[in-house]
Amino acid sequence: MVTLKINEQEVKVAEGTTVLDAAKKLGVIIPTLCNHPDLCVAGNCRVCVVEQTGARTLVAACAMPVSEGMDIHTNSLKVRNARKHIVELLLSEHRADCTKCYKNQKCELQTLANEYSFGEHIFLDLVEDHSYTIDRSSPAFIKDDSKCIRCQRCVRTCAQLQHVSAIAVANKGSHMKISSFHDRPMSHVVCTNCGQCVNRCPTGALTEKTYIDQVWDAIYDTDRHVVVQTAPAVRVALGEDLGYDPGERVTGKMVTALRQLGFDSVLDTDFTADLTIIEEGTELLTRLKKVLVENDHSMALPMFTSCSPGWIKFIEHKYPKMLPNLSTCKSPQQMFGALAKTFYAQKRKIDPAKVVSVSIMPCTAKKYEADRPEMRSSGYKDIDFVLTTRELAVMIKQAGIDFRSLEPSHYDSIMGTSTGAGVIFGATGGVMEAALRTAYEIVTGRPVPFKNLNIMPVRGMDGVKEATIKIEGTTEEWRFLEGAELKVAIAHGLVNANKVAKAVSTGKADYHFIEIMACPGGCLGGGGQPIPTNAAVRQKRMEAIYSEDMHMDLRKSHENPEIVAIYEEFLGKPNGHKSHELLHTHYIARESY
Amino acid sequence: MYHTGNMVKELAEKHGRKRESLMPILQDIVKKYNYLTDEAMVEVATELDISAAEVYGTASFYTFLDTQERGKNVIRVCKTITCSMKGKNDIISTLEDILKIKVGETTPDKMFTLLETNCIGWCHKAPAILINDMPYTDLTPETVIDVVKGYMR
Repeated sequence: MVTLKINEQEVKVAEGTTVLDAAKKLGVIIPTLCNHPDLCVAGNCRVCVVEQTGARTLVAACAMPVSEGMDIHTNSLKVRNARKHIVELLLSEHRADCTKCYKNQKCELQTLANEYSFGEHIFLDLVEDHSYTIDRSSPAFIKDDSKCIRCQRCVRTCAQLQHVSAIAVANKGSHMKISSFHDRPMSHVVCTNCGQCVNRCPTGALTEKTYIDQVWDAIYDTDRHVVVQTAPAVRVALGEDLGYDPGERVTGKMVTALRQLGFDSVLDTDFTADLTIIEEGTELLTRLKKVLVENDHSMALPMFTSCSPGWIKFIEHKYPKMLPNLSTCKSPQQMFGALAKTFYAQKRKIDPAKVVSVSIMPCTAKKYEADRPEMRSSGYKDIDFVLTTRELAVMIKQAGIDFRSLEPSHYDSIMGTSTGAGVIFGATGGVMEAALRTAYEIVTGRPVPFKNLNIMPVRGMDGVKEATIKIEGTTEEWRFLEGAELKVAIAHGLVNANKVAKAVSTGKADYHFIEIMACPGGCLGGGGQPIPTNAAVRQKRMEAIYSEDMHMDLRKSHENPEIVAIYEEFLGKPNGHKSHELLHTHYIARESY
Repeated sequence: MYHTGNMVKELAEKHGRKRESLMPILQDIVKKYNYLTDEAMVEVATELDISAAEVYGTASFYTFLDTQERGKNVIRVCKTITCSMKGKNDIISTLEDILKIKVGETTPDKMFTLLETNCIGWCHKAPAILINDMPYTDLTPETVIDVVKGYMR
């Protein structure tokens, strides 16, 4: 342990702790910009400078490890003056059109400007003399270099969390910028649209591409029937943007709020999550049978899940040879979209051309996914607009809804009934757990042998998780699986996905089924979730997801009565002709940059 | 434009595939071809298992690792104070006249590219230019013509 003094208060911390974290322990707040708990230290914005007695210059608290007897002052005149200059220097190269900015009042630089810089600025405004790129090429996000302060949170996110590095630091000096490969549009590079960078950008340089106004237009258009679906991870995070602590479940209030916003039908992505389990589970069992029993290698094992559009784009760019290993199932969002303008429209006797399908997602990549040309199997654009959790919170505020005082209510029907298995899609390991709950029961006629159906080995925040499920007591039809050991793996965060994909591609792994989610923690840590998102927040959201599961009456996808009904009335059988037409898709090999 | 063929693979064998091999590989490519094509940068990224954006980021940091197409001979005219005071502008207009290109451009036959550069350390013999690796100093509009003509064959 090391003893030091911060602002004349003594504090004992472990060796290697930074001055920033030691100060936190005392409740002393040191402002930061480039620092983020998910990322390595950069120490480049200098906003966190503090005075160390005896040191020649100010030191960056985020990068400076503590030492015995250190004497730190975080609020001396020298520090305040330096911070004021640092903030103003950052502002001199930042297009500060705050009232027009999407991040207005949510911008960390604006908050600092509020604390350190008012009145006349001392430095020249350099923004007007510089030509900046505003890249709107992606349907998921906007990259506006004129707002960028080059803190490189995005660069570190893309490298450390996602192993993509679609963006890196280019050029030098006053020309230095965050650039894709040779300044190509973000839509034409390896970017997965995961939005983790958007979630971490302290300014308005990286923001989701918003479709709020288009959704309002659709709602106000009386000729349109606007359906909305909500992803599992939204209900455990939306509260954070509306004044609740992380981990608060707001499902019922959210449903009421959506109804008050004017959506004609408030439905649940969890329904198609359940449907995904039936389709994907059947696909897995079919593949196992073909490969292991019939020796038919036209189908590939292991099978990867396909719910995460960030992961899909990642594998399309980085491992195109493994595309046959991806489940052909569309994501729950897109299954929902295809059904909304077919099955739902038919049942409700509505002209599908008049249905506007909106989804609320924890994800920016879902915006991209909805735009993929393959996603029009209803004959229309299956999903018209995707809003993130953050955008929904904005709409709720815009509508003047007092969220706290809302009475909870239930989802509408049809396509509003779901099970706990659908809910846990929002957490890493959830798709695996949901799939096992159903597949094991199909094969053996008995529930999975875990207490309360909670398959603990596939849960938790370890980057890569593995489990082996021994299949015993199979029914006649699945006799070939008797005694087989089903080996599964789960990875979340593309840096971990890459490890698993590499192991599979080099023949070093013998899994049968692999769940991959592009974002750390799974969808609950998605790029469209409230800011900040970090390990502590993800943990809270995960606990909320599993608590939501435990509170559901039904917890196995195949027991969802609406799922049973949709096969009887509309789809026929799992992986059948109609399913393939509406619920399955194909993938495209893409360039490696 | 050029095609690297097996060159990148061979350079990766020679210099290794670690992150620190990036610079020597890029330098060797530029030594041979004067600039880096997108194709070459992507190949280097693939060999080293890093992203193409990182390769571009590194290349774009260094003035001498060009990522734009360059002619066989790259003329860099020093633009810093001493050379400016000693007649760098006359040198440039002479070069623009005889090569019939502006600063930043390459001749249609891809023989010459004309660029400005920051200080190259020949202030005592200003104005100075660099053609590829070779400095030429104490230039006048007359002598620079002779120098460039030497490269025209």
